Amino acid sequence: MVSLRAQGIGKAYRRYAQTSGRLREWIGFGPQHELIWVLRGVTFEVRRGEALGIVGANGAGKSTLLKVLAGTVRPTQGFYQVAGRVSALLELGIGFHPDFTGRQNVVMASHLLGISVELTAELMADIEEFAEIGDYIDQPVRTYSSGMQVRLAFSVATAVRPDLLIVDEALSVGDTYFQHKSFDRIRRFREQGTSLLFVSHMPGAIKTLCDRALLIDQGVVVRDGDPDSVLDYYNALVARQHAEHEIRQSESPAGVTSTRSGTSDAVIASIELLSAGKPVRALCAGDPVTVRIVVEARSALREVTVGFLVRDRLGNDVYGTNTFHLGLSRAGPEPGTRLAIDFEIVRMDLGVGSYSLTAALHSGATHTDGNFDWWDKAIVFQVVPGQRPHSIGTASLDVRARWLSEDECEVHPSCPADFLPRLQPSKGNDMSAGTSEGIKR
Amino acid sequence: MSTVRALWSAWGFRDYILASVKRDFASKYLGTQLGWFWAVAQPLALIAIYTLVFAQVMKPALPGHDSPWSYSIFLCSGLLVWQLFSEILSRSVGIFVHNANLLKKVNVPRFSLPAIVALSSIANFLVVFGLFLGFLTLIGAFPGGVVAAIVPLLAIVVALALGLGVLFGTVNVFYRDIEQSATLLVSFWFWLTPIVYPARALPSWLEQSLAWNPMWPIVQYSQTIFLEARVPEPGMLVYPALVAIVVVVLGLHVFRRLSGDIVDEL
Repeated sequence: MVSLRAQGIGKAYRRYAQTSGRLREWIGFGPQHELIWVLRGVTFEVRRGEALGIVGANGAGKSTLLKVLAGTVRPTQGFYQVAGRVSALLELGIGFHPDFTGRQNVVMASHLLGISVELTAELMADIEEFAEIGDYIDQPVRTYSSGMQVRLAFSVATAVRPDLLIVDEALSVGDTYFQHKSFDRIRRFREQGTSLLFVSHMPGAIKTLCDRALLIDQGVVVRDGDPDSVLDYYNALVARQHAEHEIRQSESPAGVTSTRSGTSDAVIASIELLSAGKPVRALCAGDPVTVRIVVEARSALREVTVGFLVRDRLGNDVYGTNTFHLGLSRAGPEPGTRLAIDFEIVRMDLGVGSYSLTAALHSGATHTDGNFDWWDKAIVFQVVPGQRPHSIGTASLDVRARWLSEDECEVHPSCPADFLPRLQPSKGNDMSAGTSEGIKR
Repeated sequence: MSTVRALWSAWGFRDYILASVKRDFASKYLGTQLGWFWAVAQPLALIAIYTLVFAQVMKPALPGHDSPWSYSIFLCSGLLVWQLFSEILSRSVGIFVHNANLLKKVNVPRFSLPAIVALSSIANFLVVFGLFLGFLTLIGAFPGGVVAAIVPLLAIVVALALGLGVLFGTVNVFYRDIEQSATLLVSFWFWLTPIVYPARALPSWLEQSLAWNPMWPIVQYSQTIFLEARVPEPGMLVYPALVAIVVVVLGLHVFRRLSGDIVDEL
């Protein structure tokens, strides 16, 4: 049974160049704004009792999504359906008024949640007990610490079991003790059929509470799956951004120790490592990536070959190829003009580590045939752990492993099921004899 | 149609609305030692001051009313209705901006906010109005059953104030100048309405040029009830009622058009 269905939710904010723009629009001067999309085509379902965690960087659109689903922000596109009562803790609160006491705010908040006057009176003791704020319940909310506010807000929001509970970051404000307590309550609710939508920057909380996670990046759902794999992917994304930043920083001042040689009849104008059309300096193992090389001819050339070479941290060749071997030899461009080539690497199956990219421009099969330009370590890039399991070495092989069952072993001809019994008797004999026999054979 | 649904959803939140009105009422006098006294003292002081200052000056303008209380009755009957109007209007102007914290976090039916303002202003009005009726009884000037004629008048005043208030309140989210100018507008409007002075005290050209003011017949209607103890001609209310309808329709239209953007802008 589905308790929440979001279909193609998009949210755009209007940005006006001038503050008077809106007024001019009202008067009828035509559109004066541009739309800033913070959410685009978000589609997902949450089943009854399911807990969905939402992860993503700051400004990715997580909170906006929750606000849309809680009903405070109107979506620009798409629609959503919720089965039953929703209770939401957005921006760490449920709209408490700072000047009123905790008790007064509890009454107002529960009315807003649709809890009747009588029921609120009945629940007051429970709410007080769960929030554990003591005498503060009769003090104005403005005197509360942020933790106390969240405790009280959570207590009210969960005083009656909702069908959908939306929690935005709130629980990370409370102390560990309260977190455990609230997690327990959420877990109990889920057993009774409450669905949970949960935004948190605490991976631990997502892993313990949620059985599914969404990764939102720049307003789009990038991943939807079990929390472990989504969080791993997210971490890889973050690690990649981080590495990118560091490499770019180290690249820019020193220009690294790249060396160039050649006749300069033609030169490499630029080399770039592109992922999804954007220059990158870090990628995840297995990501698709493109090497784009732009060459410029200085004189007329009968033939040019463009190549690239990936080397590891120690300078060992890892992989290299060129247009000659790829069957793409051609004549040089007109002197003074440029030519660009993309080498699309469908999956960059490199192990985690630091690599360099060398670009070559020559005639014939190798650069020894006539070297125009050879650019060593033109780019340094980093491969960071992606979704693939941990491995060592410069290659990242796409490995799937499984244990074979006993009967699979018996029927499989290549399975050395009879190898062990045959070995057993020789164990009693002289070991060195067995070994030498093996060598002789 | 969607307006009906919106009103219906506000009805679903009546517990919240009523509790808010109560809280509003309580908070006004909370933290003060004399509590209720202040609820009464303010309008009382205002009436006393105006009476002292203007009673003698205005006497010739109220022919046929020689009682020493005439001016006070005249003043109160206009002022109380005006205060209901201006309280709703000035509180509605900031209604969305001042409740930003709530609107951003909770899915409140938007109509519940103007409803709270209207109901709590009406409650304040009823307190002072009750005192006024008591005062009339004391001096033997209670007009009797005629008082019931005030009910349709109040309905028009509330509609007019709410319509304007929602209109201004919505626009105020985007242009906060509205809140500033509304204060000015209300005080000018007050003096352009014959509350402190009788209409006939004005030169006729001025009286005619102020005919657009829907509060003019409203105030005169109330003054007729209490000063002359008779039911005024219902025709007096046709113009204010029409203006109220136009303003309510306009306010709802603007609100509907912009309500989606309100939370985005807060």
